[in-house]
Amino acid sequence: MNFSVLQFPASNCDQDAVHAVRLLGHSARLVWHKDASLGDTDCVIVPGGFSYGDYLRCGAIARFSPVMQAVKQFADNGGLVLGICNGFQVLTEAGLLPGALIRNRDLQFHCENIFLKTATNDSPFTSQIPSGKILRVPIAHGEGCYFADEETLAKLKANNQILWQYCDASGNLTDTANPNGALQNIAGICNEKRNVAGLMPHPERACESLLGSDDGKWIFESLFAALKNKTVAQAA
Amino acid sequence: MPLDFSRENHPFPITFRMKAKIIITPKKAVLDPQGKTVQTALEHMGYTGVTGVHIGKYIEIDLAPGTDKAAATKAINDAAHKLLSNPVIEDYKLEIE
Repeated sequence: MNFSVLQFPASNCDQDAVHAVRLLGHSARLVWHKDASLGDTDCVIVPGGFSYGDYLRCGAIARFSPVMQAVKQFADNGGLVLGICNGFQVLTEAGLLPGALIRNRDLQFHCENIFLKTATNDSPFTSQIPSGKILRVPIAHGEGCYFADEETLAKLKANNQILWQYCDASGNLTDTANPNGALQNIAGICNEKRNVAGLMPHPERACESLLGSDDGKWIFESLFAALKNKTVAQAA
Repeated sequence: MPLDFSRENHPFPITFRMKAKIIITPKKAVLDPQGKTVQTALEHMGYTGVTGVHIGKYIEIDLAPGTDKAAATKAINDAAHKLLSNPVIEDYKLEIE
């Protein structure tokens, strides 16, 4: 499978994402933000970082990059897009995902390992995560507090679009386990069509035990499985 | 009779610079931890009667002299929706002078 990892000025998790995909046996390449085309791509990763210095609002400027037009088109055609951290912020600013990410409730930048509960296996981003498995992955953000108005939130729940929630080590969705004040402990969501997702935690930084956890690989394994099914379906 | 120096009736051919001023504030329903923290600080300092602090952004845009005000208002409202503010979490006020 060919992964495209976007590279904006001040992206800083782009190499990590490329490394994780290659480590797990697939190919990945970087796509510069000024490129108007994605080329031959099965999946797009919008990586973490501080695109355009986080000026104005996180992700607000990156969304107007030429490459984002191509990503929008790719997503409209059903292509799989995963936004991680700043990538999640870029996707909400671009209107590819609902809601917004605002300043952490304690105004602090959080750089730590957290626990994630997978709310549904019914998505190309979560299908391979073992049932009941609590993922231990790092976060590193100052603006990760997920917000959406009541109507949007109700829609997210009704459509099963909440993919991951912050929890404690035993899987309880407590307020203490919520690092940033996100509504409903939301760490990641997908769109209604379920082909675009974003999350604040960094699965790409937790794909090998050398790094303290390889739980993040389950998210990538889900993507690989979804892409494999797609290829099989296309060939049939 | 005193000279009228207002923009409309200025006695000399001066080109006034136009400015758009945009004030962006967090929506009421959105958590504003900065505002809350500053409010608490004000209370600790002994300032009484503060019932809320909301922290937003102020943006000034310089416009070319002679810009049509109505057209500029329309264009900047458009920009405010698309880029300058995020309608999901923020409100804005626009003034052009």
